[in-house]
Amino acid sequence: MDTSRLSIDLVKKIAELAKLPLDEKNFSILQKQLESSFTYINKIQSLDTSNARETSQVTGLENIFREDEVNKKRNLTQQESLSGSTAIYKGYFKVKAIFDEE
Amino acid sequence: MKNDITELTIKELLNSLAKKEFSSIELIDAYLKNINSFEENIKAFITLLDREEIHAKIKNLKFKIKNLSGLPFSLKDAYITQDTTTTAGSKILDGYKPKYNATVYQKLLDNGAVLIGKNSQDAWGHGSTSENTDYDIPRNPYDLNRVAGGSSGGSAAAVAANMVPFAIGEDTGGSIRNPASFCNITGLKVTYGRVSRYGAIAYASSLDTVGPMAKSVEDIAYILSIIAGKDPYDATTSPNPVPNYIENLSRDIKNKIIGVPKEFFQDGTDKEVIQKVRDALKIFEKLGANICEVSIPSIDIGVAAYYLLAPSETSSNLARYDGIRFGHSRDKFTQETMRRIMIGTYALSAGYYDAYYKKSLKARTLIINDYNNAFKKCDMLIGPVNPTPAPKFGELISDPVQLMLSDVYTLTQNIAGIPSLALPCGFTESGLPIGMQIMGKMFSEETILQAGFAYQQATDWHKRKPKL
Repeated sequence: MDTSRLSIDLVKKIAELAKLPLDEKNFSILQKQLESSFTYINKIQSLDTSNARETSQVTGLENIFREDEVNKKRNLTQQESLSGSTAIYKGYFKVKAIFDEE
Repeated sequence: MKNDITELTIKELLNSLAKKEFSSIELIDAYLKNINSFEENIKAFITLLDREEIHAKIKNLKFKIKNLSGLPFSLKDAYITQDTTTTAGSKILDGYKPKYNATVYQKLLDNGAVLIGKNSQDAWGHGSTSENTDYDIPRNPYDLNRVAGGSSGGSAAAVAANMVPFAIGEDTGGSIRNPASFCNITGLKVTYGRVSRYGAIAYASSLDTVGPMAKSVEDIAYILSIIAGKDPYDATTSPNPVPNYIENLSRDIKNKIIGVPKEFFQDGTDKEVIQKVRDALKIFEKLGANICEVSIPSIDIGVAAYYLLAPSETSSNLARYDGIRFGHSRDKFTQETMRRIMIGTYALSAGYYDAYYKKSLKARTLIINDYNNAFKKCDMLIGPVNPTPAPKFGELISDPVQLMLSDVYTLTQNIAGIPSLALPCGFTESGLPIGMQIMGKMFSEETILQAGFAYQQATDWHKRKPKL
């Protein structure tokens, strides 16, 4: 697999997936940086992992449960929850529309 | 008693406070005086609290029951602090005032410690030099033309310049150990799950660890005793009991076996760095330890694995910054952060997931196996923290591959989850600090702290101070 060359379209697609608005300058620098990064990272393809299972966490803990109770002391008030936002409407977060008119 | 109370150890400070040799207010003011004198050059803080505000906090402390009563400290700005600005080094969070506290902060508050500021860092922990910040870049107290290291650079610089007796850093791939080593202080990367990550702004959740940075191993033991342990708010914290790190600190290291991984001394590593670590090994031999050579063959592949795992996790963690509930829009990410998000997005995307992300999870298994095999032959491992002393500004930040390679010795411990203690072991001829790290088995903080303490009893590198 040759990923050392990342096409402009592919980099655009990655930026779109990552929701990163890139200007022209950032775009061309990042394209080059991604290429050089992956040229190095691709080293990992030569590693023989045929006998290795995946490890996603290292302590081996599993099934951590807690009582299903609400701790009211930890609840944030509506005002506290909204306090970090600059776009609020009548006590709600304002978001951009995600549906078209039709 | 020393003339300058800011040079005392935590143990001495607590004793003096208990005996009323000076008050907490006097102590805080002594540190604030250092901050006033040095901060203009060092830039260790993004946010400093008001003197009056700090004094008010001390007056409200209930003294007798607290372990750290009246002791000032700072936090890397990656920790959530209620009503105190928290930025993680990024303009995305400029002005953000959280509404709850990180567990590590809450534990220190509950023990009477007093926050005096939030330290500068690479944005989101993305970096090894603290140059990737939207705020002032911290400078190395030993040479103001050089970096303090990263990503917990401000915390290391603050401790080195006696602005605080200790700080809390965060280590995902060396971010406590690297700046500790560049600034001649002691720093501990704990076992994954030893200290709660609740309220630590996530970089890469399976690698992030919360740990103390201080002037000595003894000071580290004091802080670790308070911050370690299970937290109901972080399901990945370990239920393993927390040992008494302080009481057992002075246990000797006779007949302990220290493994020296040969891959930690590879070409490209500065000769003076290698020499100073080898000198330290001789001290350990004098203290009764036995030295043996071991091998961690996967260290090189560790760099590639880390730069897939960490960006993958960060692309997911940073997806929450949408500028809706808090923070600002995503165009404010730095180029460095955008690159990491994009590497991760690509590695996790359909068609590439198996070749990249899944492959790196398998590499992780091999890295863990390497450490397990090495620990069959020894009790701990010792090697350098960084391949070089602190670089000058701009030397690393412009070249992503060189930046990756500068972390070669500190990434695999996070991938494996094991603890590692960074401590000073000498200086270059030009006067730059050199650090080594003592790596241990999972949850063996007690052992590596004992070894570090024994070394610091026999040497005085950690007591050297920068000329400011």
